[in-house]
Amino acid sequence: MKYALFLGCTIPVRAQNYEMSAREVAKILGINFVDIPEFSCCGFPVKSSNAESSLVIAARNIAIAAKKGEKICTLCNACTSVLSEANKELTENKELRDKVNKELKKIDLEFKPGVEIKHFCRILYEDIGVEKIQNEIKKDLSKLSMSVHYGCHYLRPFELYDGFDDPENPVSVENLVAVTGAAVVDYKKKLECCGGAILGVEEDIALAMAKDKLDNVTDNKVDALVTICPFCNIMYEDNQRKIESKFNVEYKLPVLYYPQVLGLALGVEPKPLGFRLNKVKANDVLKKVGLEI
Amino acid sequence: MIDSKDLDSNFKYEVAAEMGGENINRCFSCGTCTAGCPVREIDEKYNPRKIIRMVLLGMREKVLKSDFIWLCSTCYTCYDRCPQGVQLTSIMTALKNIAAREGYVHPSFKEQARLVKEFGRLYEVEDFDNKKRKKLGLPPVKKNFEDITKILDDTLPKEVLK
Repeated sequence: MKYALFLGCTIPVRAQNYEMSAREVAKILGINFVDIPEFSCCGFPVKSSNAESSLVIAARNIAIAAKKGEKICTLCNACTSVLSEANKELTENKELRDKVNKELKKIDLEFKPGVEIKHFCRILYEDIGVEKIQNEIKKDLSKLSMSVHYGCHYLRPFELYDGFDDPENPVSVENLVAVTGAAVVDYKKKLECCGGAILGVEEDIALAMAKDKLDNVTDNKVDALVTICPFCNIMYEDNQRKIESKFNVEYKLPVLYYPQVLGLALGVEPKPLGFRLNKVKANDVLKKVGLEI
Repeated sequence: MIDSKDLDSNFKYEVAAEMGGENINRCFSCGTCTAGCPVREIDEKYNPRKIIRMVLLGMREKVLKSDFIWLCSTCYTCYDRCPQGVQLTSIMTALKNIAAREGYVHPSFKEQARLVKEFGRLYEVEDFDNKKRKKLGLPPVKKNFEDITKILDDTLPKEVLK
């Protein structure tokens, strides 16, 4: 199984632990990642200014993958939705495709339908499958309990994702955590947005949204929150200290990327999974399963 | 108070002609969008049903100059739940895009556009970053994207590029 790994903006410079752990896990499960240095931003950050610009940037990335005959694996939820949306719209709407291709022609590219785009977790769930992962588990994580934050764009809009999971009652990532042996703890308002997209617009609202999530997750005394998007992670991990001091609360909640959790269960050491880069230290999580950073 | 002489009855058609705004006239004001909105839950100044109503009434200036249109967190909850398929998240994008052309782009998005134009990403990749990546066993990433600069120079409204 081969995919071009799409990193986007945040992961290569601010979430290397996500990238490291995804690469480790992929290697073990037989997913061959190809690196395409020409991949840029997905287009999401310019969508609010101009949707057409965002579409052209997304189409550019898809066209580059197509030219190399690769499918795209994303790690960021926003990249997943923006690329998938462009893929769908440009495949279905010829007028729009012609318009976008006029721009792409200037940089010697052309959008053609047919490139598959999937989030890494969807690939693990759908194409590798929980059963195959189960067979590879080397380390029992049953001493740990975790809650999952899916993040919006992994599941929504529903029309982009061929119904692989239910956005109102998702199970895919929780099943992927459960296969490691860790207890999956459900919580109030699991589907609530992290607020990341409006952090720069009104920080107070964005942080209040993230606080609400952290309150609900920590109510259950879980060992960690599991995320699958670097932007959600910024809200819950990077901004956790800020939220603690702003609202006078204390969480100290480790936030782990899903491939870090799976990587431990597959027998990978914490170091190559990037645990040293986690901002809220996960020492206690590791200690419980007999590991250290 | 809303004064009818301040209203622009064409505004809804203007929005419907914008990419993403096509289904605005389907709204029957049920409020499913507002009931499930995570931003509205924190701050009532963002109220999707009210924004759609304002557009349909023709409150053009009030909507385009507002700060609330920039507060959609694009979670797509309303988009998926709307019984009329109004596709509200896309309508918010359409409203922001029109506002941006009129010079009301929110400084945060203006800055994001500038960064993507200059660096091809939201963050500038410095030598330090690639050194760190190498140390972590990760391949280097590209620092500049001339073709992205060109795409954005050619497609972004001049009010955003300014």
